[in-house]
Amino acid sequence: MTTQVPGDALVSLNAVNKHYGQLHVLKDINLNVRKGEVVVVIGPSGSGKSTLCRAINRLETIDDGVIKIDGKELPAEGKELAKLRADVGMVFQSFNLFAHKTILENVTLGPIKVKGVSKAEADKDAMALLERVGVGHQAPKLPAQLSGGQQQRVAIARALAMKPKVMLFDEPTSALDPEMINEVLDVMIQLAKEGMTMIVVTHEMGFARKAADRVVFMADGQIVEDATPEEFFTNPKSDRAKDFLSKLLTH
Amino acid sequence: MDVIIESLPQYWDGFLRTLFLAVVSGIIALVFGTLLAAARVSPIAALRGFSMAYVEVVRNTPLTIAFFFAAVVLPRLGVTFEQFEIAAIIALSAYTAAFIAEAVRSGVNSVPVGQAEAARSIGMKFGQVLSLIILPQALRTVIPPLINILIALVKNSSVAGAFYVLELFGYGKQLANDHGDAVMWVLVGVAFFYLLITVPLGYLANVVERKVAIAR
Repeated sequence: MTTQVPGDALVSLNAVNKHYGQLHVLKDINLNVRKGEVVVVIGPSGSGKSTLCRAINRLETIDDGVIKIDGKELPAEGKELAKLRADVGMVFQSFNLFAHKTILENVTLGPIKVKGVSKAEADKDAMALLERVGVGHQAPKLPAQLSGGQQQRVAIARALAMKPKVMLFDEPTSALDPEMINEVLDVMIQLAKEGMTMIVVTHEMGFARKAADRVVFMADGQIVEDATPEEFFTNPKSDRAKDFLSKLLTH
Repeated sequence: MDVIIESLPQYWDGFLRTLFLAVVSGIIALVFGTLLAAARVSPIAALRGFSMAYVEVVRNTPLTIAFFFAAVVLPRLGVTFEQFEIAAIIALSAYTAAFIAEAVRSGVNSVPVGQAEAARSIGMKFGQVLSLIILPQALRTVIPPLINILIALVKNSSVAGAFYVLELFGYGKQLANDHGDAVMWVLVGVAFFYLLITVPLGYLANVVERKVAIAR
């Protein structure tokens, strides 16, 4: 697993560092994600896992190090960055659906405005995606009329509509009521099965066991462990991970 | 009372000119003010600086100074107008735009940052994020303050009366001179015609606000 060739990586982070003032939130992060791989990032809050996820499409800037998507280094602000972001799907903890647009428009806006797809074609693709995530009949509604789980599935459809090379999930189920978590995870598991490259920051250990190829455990801004789910959950190597897992399992 | 009925043609003429000044200046100010607000949040430091300086200077100086600039200073710089109305429109729009910019900026700040992040993450450029996602939401939240500013604009247009534009207030002055015995009624007439514009504006604000409200 540490033997993979960096050239093979769809997403690669090399010696990435970031500070918030005095706080060193990302410490010398090295991570390679191959095409089709599902990497779950877990760790206690404040460990830097969300920052890591957001740095990959430059919603957070980094102080030094190199982040590459499909062999291309992340450009600074501007057209080039916008173009690259179109290839990186992002799903947020708080859904962030466009509040003034209908569900259908939320999904078609990117393809129409960014990729120049015709409205008819974008509508057709969007409807197919909405059906796929199980909210096709909600297409004419506004986001606020949907439940959290439905909104998050629309957000996934919105990201997929751009036909991204990789999908980033930043705690996609953390803002959801417990009974809605599974409907979102089911969509994500399906996506993983279809071979989508995914980086998922989550607290859902069940998802990590079920769908992840690798589990990356972060603590205090560092990657402490990088292992298969089997290895990580049954035989964690570091004390930090053992401590984290023991707290999860006692409840 | 009779003086109002007698002078209805003048009142009507003044009313239309006031309405014209307010509508034209209002549209220009809305567009220019929104652009100023956009400049204020743009990634280009020079634009931010210009917008901030403009708003600070214009918002904090009296409207009369803007009128003097447009009516006296601009012609000396070679910008001449056939009619003083043009100068009045320039002064009113330039002045009102500063207030519109501040209102729109507060609206922009009220849109959750996640909206912009989501727009950026599907590959939108800054201009698209602003025009497709942020401004449509921001403008809806600032309709009440915007209408307040437009009501102020209608009333501010009376300053044009002092610069030889025969709008409502200009006619009011004239009528007051001609009917020295009925100045109070002349002014009541003037006030009535201002109310004819400003009161419906207030109602419009309520209707529009309810119509375009977005649930979160």
